[in-house]
Amino acid sequence: MSEHFKVSSNPHIRSKLNTSGIMLAVIVALLPTAGYGIYHFGARAALVILVTIASTVITEVLFGLYKKKTTVTDLSAVVTGLLLALNLPVSIPFWMAVLGGVFAILVVKELFGGLGQNFMNPALAARCFLLISFPVQMTDFTYDTFTGATPLAALKAEESVNVMDMILGRTAGTIGETSMIAILIGACFLLLLGIIDLRVPGSYIVTFLLFAGLFGGRGLDPAYLSAQLAGGGLMLGAFFMATDYVTRPITVKGQYLYGIFLGLMTGIFRFWGKGAEGVSYAIILGNLLVPLIEKVSRPTPFGYRRHGGQKHEK
Amino acid sequence: MNRAGERLINGLVKENPTFVLMLGMCPTLAVTTYAVNGLGMGLATMAVLTMSNLLISILRKMIPNRIRIPAFIVIIASFVTVIQLLMKAYLPDLNKALGVYIPLIVVNCIILGRAESYAYGNPPIPSLFDGLGMGLGFTVALTCIGAVREILAQGSIFGYDIMPGSYVTINIFGLAPGAFFVLAILTALQNYVKIKGKKKGKDYSKLQSGCSEDCLSCPDTGCSKRFYDTGSEKKEEPRVVQSSEELDSEIIMITERTEEDMTIMDLDKEGN
Repeated sequence: MSEHFKVSSNPHIRSKLNTSGIMLAVIVALLPTAGYGIYHFGARAALVILVTIASTVITEVLFGLYKKKTTVTDLSAVVTGLLLALNLPVSIPFWMAVLGGVFAILVVKELFGGLGQNFMNPALAARCFLLISFPVQMTDFTYDTFTGATPLAALKAEESVNVMDMILGRTAGTIGETSMIAILIGACFLLLLGIIDLRVPGSYIVTFLLFAGLFGGRGLDPAYLSAQLAGGGLMLGAFFMATDYVTRPITVKGQYLYGIFLGLMTGIFRFWGKGAEGVSYAIILGNLLVPLIEKVSRPTPFGYRRHGGQKHEK
Repeated sequence: MNRAGERLINGLVKENPTFVLMLGMCPTLAVTTYAVNGLGMGLATMAVLTMSNLLISILRKMIPNRIRIPAFIVIIASFVTVIQLLMKAYLPDLNKALGVYIPLIVVNCIILGRAESYAYGNPPIPSLFDGLGMGLGFTVALTCIGAVREILAQGSIFGYDIMPGSYVTINIFGLAPGAFFVLAILTALQNYVKIKGKKKGKDYSKLQSGCSEDCLSCPDTGCSKRFYDTGSEKKEEPRVVQSSEELDSEIIMITERTEEDMTIMDLDKEGN
């Protein structure tokens, strides 16, 4: 008899949604961004994306062979590779993209225990690793015959920018960050499927806008604020990387706190920092604070006091 | 003299201050941007460690227990001052490169740790070799870390370019995060080698079993984990075998050491 009944601990109701389903949805949501990147920057962008994904997937497979348990079918390595590629400039040497992919999977993800155990977003950690290691190649946004600063760098130098171009994506930048429209299409897809919600991105973007309005130096000038919003990796970071299930807080209150922290840090990096961009550093710094955020935002169980965890006495 | 040799090996391999004991992390991470800096820092620390161990051991019966730490600090600080003045006079470039980390040798926990755990309770000659072994272990570790970081971040080693001209330097290894990466990878590598050695029967791990890890100065002669008796001879674990059947299985276990058998045997030992 006993083999007919599955005896297990809760949860007893299971959703049909599994890791590979979520990852597949994220990949689909990133397709408009990747597609626009290839259209805008040319065939080399497609090659960079392919090489990066290949490097993360092969690293995952090899490590799976080593630990005798392959996890490549959950597609998380593909998502990591795709996100990393979207964060690279189109002119990057291929071996650097491969190095970043190997670093993301091997050091940031697998050495800490694989998917679900990584303490920071592997793609962003790899981007920061590359940015520190190869500052010249990572900030060389030359494409076709266009050479020039990214819109954010131009803003920082107090030059004028074309906001419409920034929203459509006709600017310099990394492969995936230029088109706000393409990113928002993918984000809407994920929001409609219920895979991500607006808690983290919403609080992140609102906090950043407030910060930009207060300390950006140009007040509430709508053109300036929308340029700050559309420029750099803010949209990509807010919708696709800050919402990463593993590295964001679990608690609802914690997610708002996390979003607010990211907005503040991005503002501080962008307006008071040396560089023009600060989304990646803000998010990996936020990732590190997640355990603390969860600790302060832990909900009080019914019947318990707010502090001390003692049962309420009557 | 056996004991002296054992102390040297102990500092270099079994209780390597950097890779095993994880002591003195501050200079390890801070000065190892170049191999020569690591070597210089290691040798300076070794000189201080050897001399202070010797002097503390000689004076161990005169130093009252209650004020032993201030006494150690005074002795260590004197030697550090000597070393610093010598370096300023004869190696001004190295002194400049190492900067504040030379005076900070005073508070290096390896030195105070060896004084407290070894030199204060042992005769001068083994203490001298203990300091020498620990210092050598520290020097080797720092030089290795420095060499790897210098190759990756500068494309050179001890100042000589060894990488081809097309090599693109990876700057992060010259910065603080790179120090952590290299330290972690080298520690993992030496653990891997030691675990391999353990499977082949060379047991390096017994000294790291959560006791004071120093069998020589340990009063518990009946300890089952005791590695060294009087010399460096390895003492066989006594194993109780009850029946001939078990004896057979024992032999099978020893002849066919698969990973699973090893863990079972380890559990057995832990249980005993």
